[in-house]
Formats: sequence, structure tokens, C-alpha cells
Amino acid sequence: MPFLELSGVGKAFGGPPVLRDVNLALERGEFVAIVGYSGSGKTTLISLIAGLQHPDTGTVRLDGRIVAGPGPDRGVVFQNYSLLPWLTVYENIALAVDQVFPDLPPAAKQAHVEKYIAMVNLAPARDKLPRQLSGGMRQRVSVARALAMDPQVLLLDEPLSALDALTRSTLQDEIERIWGADKKTVVLITNDVDEALLLADRIIPLTPGPGATLGESVPVTLARPRDRRALNHDPEFKRLRALVTNQLLGYTAGRRATVTRKLTLPDILPEDLEAPRTSRRRPLRPQEIKKTEVILSP
Amino acid sequence: MKKFKLDWLVLPLVGVAVIVGLWAVCSATWAKDLPSPAKTWESSKPYIVEPFAKRGEMDQGILRFTWYSLVLVAQGYALALIVGTPIGFCLGLSKAFTKTFDPIIQILRPVSPLAWLPLGLVLFLGTGKEAGTYGALFTIAVCAMWPTVLNTAVGVRAVPQDYLNVGRVLKLSRWKMLTKILIPATLPYMFTGFRLSLGIAWLVIVAAEMLTGRPGVGGFLWQEYNALIYEHIILSIIVIGLVGFVLDRLMSLLEARFKSA
Ligand SMILES: Nc1ncnc2c1ncn2[C@@H]1O[C@H](COP(=O)(O)OP(=O)(O)O)[C@@H](O)[C@H]1O
Ligand SMILES: [Mg+2]
Repeated sequence: MPFLELSGVGKAFGGPPVLRDVNLALERGEFVAIVGYSGSGKTTLISLIAGLQHPDTGTVRLDGRIVAGPGPDRGVVFQNYSLLPWLTVYENIALAVDQVFPDLPPAAKQAHVEKYIAMVNLAPARDKLPRQLSGGMRQRVSVARALAMDPQVLLLDEPLSALDALTRSTLQDEIERIWGADKKTVVLITNDVDEALLLADRIIPLTPGPGATLGESVPVTLARPRDRRALNHDPEFKRLRALVTNQLLGYTAGRRATVTRKLTLPDILPEDLEAPRTSRRRPLRPQEIKKTEVILSP
Repeated sequence: MKKFKLDWLVLPLVGVAVIVGLWAVCSATWAKDLPSPAKTWESSKPYIVEPFAKRGEMDQGILRFTWYSLVLVAQGYALALIVGTPIGFCLGLSKAFTKTFDPIIQILRPVSPLAWLPLGLVLFLGTGKEAGTYGALFTIAVCAMWPTVLNTAVGVRAVPQDYLNVGRVLKLSRWKMLTKILIPATLPYMFTGFRLSLGIAWLVIVAAEMLTGRPGVGGFLWQEYNALIYEHIILSIIVIGLVGFVLDRLMSLLEARFKSA
């Protein structure tokens, strides 16, 4: 019996269905990456697994039991970080730790929180409020909070999208290490095929909405540990990347599609202030987000 | 208009001068019973230069009267917040509660303090001599509570789903959900309500004191009207206005602190 199982899951928000007939089965300890266009329903899928939303049809089962609501056994890194703005970095994580490990003595609790703050390199920002942090730093707090809960399942909704390349690869390694050490089950939503190939056992594309469903899964046969630099020259890596990319493109082949060029995230500030100026990103104003009509040919 | 040095001070003084000028003209021409500014100052001087004097029950320095009023307002206002905030939370949290009580709230809200006071007095007739005080407290609380109730309700409904989701994933208990998420997220709205409520509480005190004859600025105003000392009506109005202004400023400062937090 699979550890996490979605069968025939459909979800609508009053309009046409966002998701229909989603079937997914994860073994305990499996690392699955879900890739898909923005707006196709990836966050909705994560909310259904987290129990924050209820499916209209079908069931979500964890360890054989139907998921009736959210719980700390499924740690979520929300796409928009969802830090509580009146709590400091430390307090945000401590709130989760207090709740999940109520019996831990205070000193151990504190050490636990500090450990995860250090893991995401935020020790100097320990007592800062979220609004004093850059987007990438907030994202790291959010990752630290989910990891500190030591959940059975980690649900990561584009957790590294706002990070600079350096921090991104550090946290990729960290996620892989934690997954490898505690054999957690991980569902990673990402828009970065390379990231999916680096981390996942399996990549599943989500077809574009409305009425999105999971496509055929692509097993990532690359041996672990995977070295980011070596991978780039690995023929198998190149083959898989082409496969996944083509599968995604295939969904929209010949179809007129509106693609939002830039993923918008709240208040993203440049993460690495020492980086050369050209790599600086400024959050786009709404009118600057380009919607382009593209025709993708098969 | 061009900005010049000290315009923040000079322009308001010009405004005051215009109004005092109009007042002087009125009292000199068609409103013969209206005391002139000079006469008002003359007659008010003892109350201002000895603001804390106590010459008799209804003959005290103006700040002493103000103090009595403030104490009563503080009590009524505290009552309004203690009762109003939980009601606001219930309204914000429960659709059924809103459906049940919103119509009655909308009907009671516009009722004037002058209408509540007699009811307050009747309610507390059993307390004998203290009926005036309790009636006034009741009136202040009932009238001042609405902005707190409504702003808190709006604030609770505006708590972002994201914050609630964090609480749900962590399986926070109802109590922790309230203290760790709902209250901090609602605080800025609550303080807007608190500020507006304080303004109303101060409005009501005058009416309450006039009708109950309690010592205080409002009671003083009414007594001096009956005693035909019209200068002191104007003195009272100025003091009431100034105090109201200061209270509002203080609450704004407090509110701004919570807005930025
Ligand atoms: N709570 C909701 N109410 C109404 N519509 C929603 C809600 N959540 C998501 N949607 C809609 O579902 C679709 C998929 O959204 P989402 O799951 O956030 O996509 P993704 O995460 O892949 O970008 C979008 O069209 C969005 O407007
Ligand atoms: Mg999303």
C-alpha cells in the first residue's frame, strides 16, 4: 500500500475544475517533484495533500487513513512563505517547535530552533521581523520552520524560487541531506526542471489547467549522490531533461496559450547584495508583468 | 500656497484669530447675550489660573472638573472595550452570530446618548444615590462600544488565510489560534476602533453629566447655563474640545505603533 495516495482527486472553486482525476501514489521515503505551468493548480494540489482544502471528488490518503484536515505530520513550505509578521525569525520557528514538541525541555527547544536557524544561515537575523528580511531570507525561514517540525511528509511549494543561485544550491543540498538522513517523503513543486532532476526520484508533470491532471511520471534514474556540475555533462541527465521539457511543451503543442513571463512573488528583494549589479532583481510592478501570446509548435 | 517658515504655527493662529474675530463681531451686533471674548476671558480667569482649586461642589478649577470627567470616561470606555472587543471577535468569527445579532446592532448603533441615559438611570434606580454614576457609565459604554465592535469584526474577517493556514497546519488549539494569530493580526483594526470609541466616549460624557448633574465639565457647563454665567459655557466648550483633541492624538500615536508592528 502506498504511503501517500491520491485517487481520482478533483477540485473546483465554483468555476471549471482546477484539478480533475488526479492519481498519485508515493512510497514512504520517496522524493517526487511535480513540475507544471504557473496557474495550473500546483498550489491547489499541495493544499489538498496538506488537508487545507478538501477534494470535491476522490480521496487523499496518508498511511492508509483518509486525510481529513491539516496536521504537523505534513510540513508545508508555502509558496508565499506565510510567516507571521509580528513574530521574529526565532519566534516564527519556535511557534512550530512548541506545538510539535510540547514535552521538550525549554533548553532543548531553544537549541532545536537555533539549529534550524543556523541551517538556513539566518543566525544574524534571528531576532528580525519578516518585514526586515529580503524575500529570499523569508523563504529560508519558511523552509527552516517546516524542517524544524520534523514532519513525515514535506510539502514544498516552489520553496527555492526566490533565492539566488548560491543559496538555492545550498538549500537544495540541505533538502536532499534531510531527506536522505531521515527518509522523509517529499513532494516538491518546482518550475525548475534541473532542480527536479537533481533532487527527485520521480518527476511528474502537471498538465495545464483548467482541469489539470498529472501526466506520465518520469523516473529519474541518475545515481546518487548527484553532483550538480557533473550532471550537466551527463548524457542521461540531458536525455531526461529533454524528455520532461518536451512532455511539458507537448501539452501546449499547437495550442494558443497565454504564458505569464515572470513568476511574481511578494516583495522579492535582491538576495545577494554583493552580486554584480546585472543580476539584481527588483520586484516587477503589476503593469510590468508581460503576458505574451505564444504559439508552441509540436 | 507657498510654504514659509513657521507656517505650521502661524496659519493655525490666523484661523483662531478669524474665529475669535467673528465671535467678537457676533456678540457686539446681533447676539447681545453672547459674552465677548474679552469678557469670557475675564470671567474664566479664576478657573484657569487656579485650575485645581476646589471652592465648592460646583465651583472648582476647570482642570479639576475635567479630571472628574476623565475618570468617568475612563471607566465607561474600559467597559466599552471589555464588552465590545469580544463581541467584535464573535461577529468576525461566526456567520451565525453575525446573522443573529447584526440587525439589532445596526438598530441600536444610531441611538443617541440622550436616549440611552434615561434608560441607564432606570436600570440602576435600585442603587439609589449612585444611579447617576451607573447610568452615565452605562450610557458611555453602550454608545462608545460600536466602533470597537465593528472594527474588530472587520479586522477578524480580514485576517489573511495564509496566517490561518499556518495555525491549521500546526494544529494550534483554539486558544492559541486566538492569542497567537487572530489577536495579533487584528490588533491594528482593533486600535482604530479603540480610537474612534474614545472620541465617542468623550462626546457622551458631556450629555451624561448635563442630565445627571454630576460634577465635571459637562455638569459645570449646564449649571453655569442655568446660573446665567454664559462665559463659562464657552470656557467649557473650549476645554472639552482641547481635551478631545489631545485624547485623539494620544490614541493615534498608539494606533500608529501597532500599525507598523
Ligand atoms: N481559493 C481559491 N479560490 C478560487 N480559485 C482558486 C483558489 N485557489 C486557486 N484557485 C484557482 O485555481 C487555479 C490554480 O491555482 P494554483 O493552484 O495556485 O496554481 P499554481 O500553484 O500552479 O500556480 C488558478 O486559476 C486559481 O485562480
Ligand atoms: Mg502556486
